[in-house]
Amino acid sequence: MTAMVKQIATEPLLSVRDLHVDFGLDEGLVRAVDGVSFDVMPGRVLGIVGESGCGKSVTMRAILQLVDEPGRITRGEIVYRRDAGDGLGSAGVDLTKLPRHGAAMRAIRGAEIALIPQEPMAAFSPVHTVGAQIVEAIRLHHRQWRPEGGGLSVNDARDIVVDLFRDVGISMPEQRVDAYSWQLSGGLRQRAMIAMALSCKPRLLVADEPTTAIDVTTQAQVLALLRELQRKHGTAIIFITHDLGVIAQMANDVVVMYLGRVVEQGPVDGIFHAAKHPYTRALLRSIPSISGATRVALPTISGTLPHPFNRPGGCPYHPRCDEKIGTVCASHVPHLTQLGNGQAASCFLHQDASETA
Amino acid sequence: MTAVLQPGATPGPDTHAAAVEDRVSVASNWTLVWWRFRKHKLAMISLGLLLALYTLVLCPDFFSTQHPETTEARQAFIPVQGLHIFDGWSIDPWVPAIVGKRNAETLRMEWRTDAEKKVRVGFFMPGPAYKFLGLIPSTLHLIGPRDASQRIFLLGSDRLGRDQWSRIMHGTQTSMTIGLVAVTLSVILGIVLGGISGYFGGWIDQFIQRLIELLQSVPTIPVWLALSAALPRDWTPIQVFFAITVILSLIGWTTLAREVRGHFLALREEDFVLAAELAGCSRARIIMRHMVPTFLSHIIATSSLAIPAMIINETSLSFLGLGIRPPAISWGVLLQEAQNIQTLALAPWLLIPGLLVIVAVLAFNLVGDGLRDASDPYSK
Amino acid sequence: MTATAAPTTAANTTATPTMATSAKPLLSVRGLQKFFPITDGGFFRKTIGQVRAVDDVSFDVVEGETLGLVGESGCGKTTTSRCILRAMEPTAGRIEFRRKDDTIVDLATLTREQLRPLRAEIQMIFQDPFGSLNPRMTLFDNVGEPLLVNGMKNRAERMDRVAELLKLVGLRAEFMHRFPHAFSGGQRQRIGIARALSTNPRLVVADEPVSALDVSVQAQVLNLLLELQQRLGLTFLFVAHDLSVVRHLSDRVAVMYVGQIVELAVTHTLFTRPLHPYTAALMRAVPVPDPRVAIGEVTLKGEVPSPANPPKGCYFHPRCAFAQDRCRQEAPALREPVPGHFVRCHFAEQLDLATQAAG
Repeated sequence: MTAMVKQIATEPLLSVRDLHVDFGLDEGLVRAVDGVSFDVMPGRVLGIVGESGCGKSVTMRAILQLVDEPGRITRGEIVYRRDAGDGLGSAGVDLTKLPRHGAAMRAIRGAEIALIPQEPMAAFSPVHTVGAQIVEAIRLHHRQWRPEGGGLSVNDARDIVVDLFRDVGISMPEQRVDAYSWQLSGGLRQRAMIAMALSCKPRLLVADEPTTAIDVTTQAQVLALLRELQRKHGTAIIFITHDLGVIAQMANDVVVMYLGRVVEQGPVDGIFHAAKHPYTRALLRSIPSISGATRVALPTISGTLPHPFNRPGGCPYHPRCDEKIGTVCASHVPHLTQLGNGQAASCFLHQDASETA
Repeated sequence: MTAVLQPGATPGPDTHAAAVEDRVSVASNWTLVWWRFRKHKLAMISLGLLLALYTLVLCPDFFSTQHPETTEARQAFIPVQGLHIFDGWSIDPWVPAIVGKRNAETLRMEWRTDAEKKVRVGFFMPGPAYKFLGLIPSTLHLIGPRDASQRIFLLGSDRLGRDQWSRIMHGTQTSMTIGLVAVTLSVILGIVLGGISGYFGGWIDQFIQRLIELLQSVPTIPVWLALSAALPRDWTPIQVFFAITVILSLIGWTTLAREVRGHFLALREEDFVLAAELAGCSRARIIMRHMVPTFLSHIIATSSLAIPAMIINETSLSFLGLGIRPPAISWGVLLQEAQNIQTLALAPWLLIPGLLVIVAVLAFNLVGDGLRDASDPYSK
Repeated sequence: MTATAAPTTAANTTATPTMATSAKPLLSVRGLQKFFPITDGGFFRKTIGQVRAVDDVSFDVVEGETLGLVGESGCGKTTTSRCILRAMEPTAGRIEFRRKDDTIVDLATLTREQLRPLRAEIQMIFQDPFGSLNPRMTLFDNVGEPLLVNGMKNRAERMDRVAELLKLVGLRAEFMHRFPHAFSGGQRQRIGIARALSTNPRLVVADEPVSALDVSVQAQVLNLLLELQQRLGLTFLFVAHDLSVVRHLSDRVAVMYVGQIVELAVTHTLFTRPLHPYTAALMRAVPVPDPRVAIGEVTLKGEVPSPANPPKGCYFHPRCAFAQDRCRQEAPALREPVPGHFVRCHFAEQLDLATQAAG
């Protein structure tokens, strides 16, 4: 693949800026995503990690313009830099401005930005063969395969699917193409899902907890496959998970989210070995490791996740934070501050409150 | 899960939000169902309507103006009189008097209302004697003419000169009761048979399922016809009434039984049912304390959707002359009066019971829909 | 280490895993089998095969210890635990439980009614904190239900006990009049634990008690389980798929694969010097939360075989990097090559599987 070489490495493929997604429920407004910004660089893997309710999945859905009612993107932009090859130039497109079901969004979703969902069983229709569904996707986005124009016959598309299946390590691809999703095992189904996501040569893959529903040995296989494909095609990946082990092994850069906000971001080594935000540090301490002391109390984060209608004022993490400073954390909202080495944290331990008040 | 059910944070200071949260925290399932049901405006209106109808059911005599069987051949086919509350600017209820003139050609009495002549009526007037709830003797009526010798026909009269308003009051009692009683019987049959089927499984489940299939494959109308035709002619109206109810519910329980069975099958796999089993609960306790309350709200929703079908069935049977038979009165019996085109042309007001059937059926359906949506407050 | 008498159904080479202590086991499972019939779609439901979900499982749980039961989905760990709880009927085998008065009962042979008085002594903590509590009952009724059916009829007495239990698991006693919907996943899991402990059980079967919880909540619940065990001297059978969680909580760990125990040893030994190639591969597959640790090579190819149609010989041989002809022909028995360390592999002594997890 030459796509990676052509890119100017400094220009992000996708820039999320000050993204806000609100859910207007009868009982009140939930700020599911509250001012999130990050960049996805071409050819790199960005891991988004956080506990349930942190807004990582809503962010992912916002990027794909799939936020369901009553959710609404209320502010911010998601700039995607399209491929220069299609005559539109490499100028950025703000995805939030595109009509959700419009032709422009459909040309991007699935073709340029593809999704690997968490539950592959639900992603395939049980009444069509897996191959037929991928063939349909390929023919829908045939320009990805035949840039010079002209359609793609079913047989050609089918050949592409067989090759894709071979690429993702499905044995006997010619037979498996005609299988139904319920005839495949969990691992094979996830591989077929990856083949489907890759079928239109996306430049950005969004993987939403792709290994949460599968076993650890299968997970190891799927992660290895994703790493290999990523090396081979230079695809950028947004990898969403709650599993810090998976993040450590997969991501180049990490975004840590808490209650709809980015609390820390930076290169993976910095996050795991020199975390700046108390939440990141506490999260890392609280997982039992495969080599640490056993049967001892684990350090925990005190308290519980606040109710979405009762967001604490100031820093959203301050009621649970061990390192909070006086009244500052309860009254002021910290902003993401660059701390060198590409690492940034949103915490008053690393920032003067007067700047942001 | 709706936001109202979101897990609470640690109770904070004494704020409004915290108070609301506490209220939600201690809200039982039925409270949550009610809160949800309240949001459906149409369902709430319908519920009000049904409550009004069942108030009539409790004591139709109080609401009627005459005895429903009083005939007066000379007062046949009197049109709707219409109740006026105000006279000028003062509250003084009256109905226009009816003046009749025999048509020389057809020799038929032709009635018209004369607003110039006012028949004064009053509320809580004495009238024909009855027993309140069948126990307390009373002569009090909601509406009645001030002059006891007068007869008023708020909704007109039929071919025998019987007051349709009063007859509708009594017909409502029969029809609404039949719906309720037949569905209650169906629910009991459905829960017991569906419960046995779903909880125990095995051959007994197979047997009950085949029985349901058999019953559902029998064409209903001919069976009703046959069964009601088999009712002895000399049975009293009360006996006929109960027989019809039983016939309706014997066929109506199958759908409910299937639903109950489905709930049992799904619940058997629920962790909290296993937890009850592991706690050492007896079978009966698991069923009555843990399983039945879980789907009772669903069953009530389904039943309230089944009542209108029962009402329609009863109406159809009686309309065909095979259900409730005169002198008992039901909506179907009343509609029998409107069976031929000639009557319809002459006395269109005889179709008013049909209107009531529609209103009652719609109201039940709307309440049922509202209940069904509200019956699982823990879902989305 | 003394291997107690082997079950008569198994080969004479089969060792029986028990612990080195002189303590009598609280629970002895011997030759446990659970087969599910595969029926054709026809009217008579003819049996055309069997899923060997649990196939000859034997182990002991000693009083006061935590035995971890770990394996991938479909390995039979949950079925094993459900058979012990008698939420399922075992096909064969003995489940011997030592009661308070030191009498030993075989749970596998008891009827429903005979089991009821025993229920109080064996309790369970569920995986799903949302499904395991009755949403229509308050915490008082949920937690108090086992007390009520086990004879504590006095409401005030029950209230005191429920309050005590809620405090024990770190919740406020006033919460007892609330319904489960008012609580978060972690809090509900605490409620479930309170219910499981209400009757002072001697054995607690915990089926994936933390796998539905967030990382930070998971740590809180793990700490609670450890603390409760120390305070109350509980015995846990801990079923989970997450190796690091099992490792953290267990004294000994049994690894299951296609319905069988393939290895059982003291936790530290198992994780540093595994004897079974599957155990070693399983541990290598766990992603380490440290980007500086090199990503382990994927050693386990292919898929777990179906328990309806397991391969001939050793069930693991199609995926095993060390498989020999003998493995394809002859099913290995569970042996005890090192005292206290049981393994189902012909070549356990010859393989060098020491892991990087040492430490």
